[in-house]
Amino acid sequence: MTLEEVRHLLDAEVLSGHEYMKKEVSKAFSCDLMSDALTSVEDRTLLLTGLVNPHTVRTAEMLDISGVVFVRGKVPDEDTIKLAKENGIVIMITKYTLYVSSGILYSNGLEGASILHN
Amino acid sequence: MITIKLKYQVEKDDFMKAGQASSNLKKVLKQLGINSKIVRKIAIATYEAEMNIIIHSEGGSIDASIDPEKVKIIVRDRGPGIKDIELAMKAGYSTASQKVRELGFGAGMGLPNIKRCCDEFAIRSSFGEYTELSITIYHSGNNTEEGGE
Repeated sequence: MTLEEVRHLLDAEVLSGHEYMKKEVSKAFSCDLMSDALTSVEDRTLLLTGLVNPHTVRTAEMLDISGVVFVRGKVPDEDTIKLAKENGIVIMITKYTLYVSSGILYSNGLEGASILHN
Repeated sequence: MITIKLKYQVEKDDFMKAGQASSNLKKVLKQLGINSKIVRKIAIATYEAEMNIIIHSEGGSIDASIDPEKVKIIVRDRGPGIKDIELAMKAGYSTASQKVRELGFGAGMGLPNIKRCCDEFAIRSSFGEYTELSITIYHSGNNTEEGGE
């Protein structure tokens, strides 16, 4: 699924990385704790979260995540958007909740990313 | 590749700069052409360790040594140390404050996640004095990009 398809399905607004919307994501991970996101190690993962701060973008950078969707209508601050632009990360915002956003993407074929277990 | 040494100072409670050291190290490793999956594991381990210094200690440093075979990272902080290392290594155990949890950290996954990401892991701590992590990840023979971006 491309990031453009994600934007369309979630009726989302793009705040950074308009030029990367053709990039593909093959898995997704939803959480509000970045400690949990850091246990995901798959390529081309999309991150959905309600945690709106620069640490979300830093975490995305470490994980090579190309797209972050902020849910529940939350709008990130300037610092967060700036950091995303510097690192070529797409930021989108949607009014849907984390549950509904994940459900829409899953029912359209975007599977969940697996995590590392002990 | 010659051996490259990098040193980063990390300050207590400096959430504004959190992740800068790991971000810089990750960019250097990418420029050196190290396999992207291995770079990601090193970035995750370093980022978790960097956040630990910021959240739990009085400040510290990250020393990375990159040679043709491996990346070795020594993370040393000043501060409270860890009373019970076995407990701290347990997934889900955390002493982080509510403020830290609101920032998205403190799930108690940091140390176990660092251990999972590396090939060799050692932790030493003196309660009331310091904590030191030694993280080694081998990359030799994996210096070609796969999967791409």
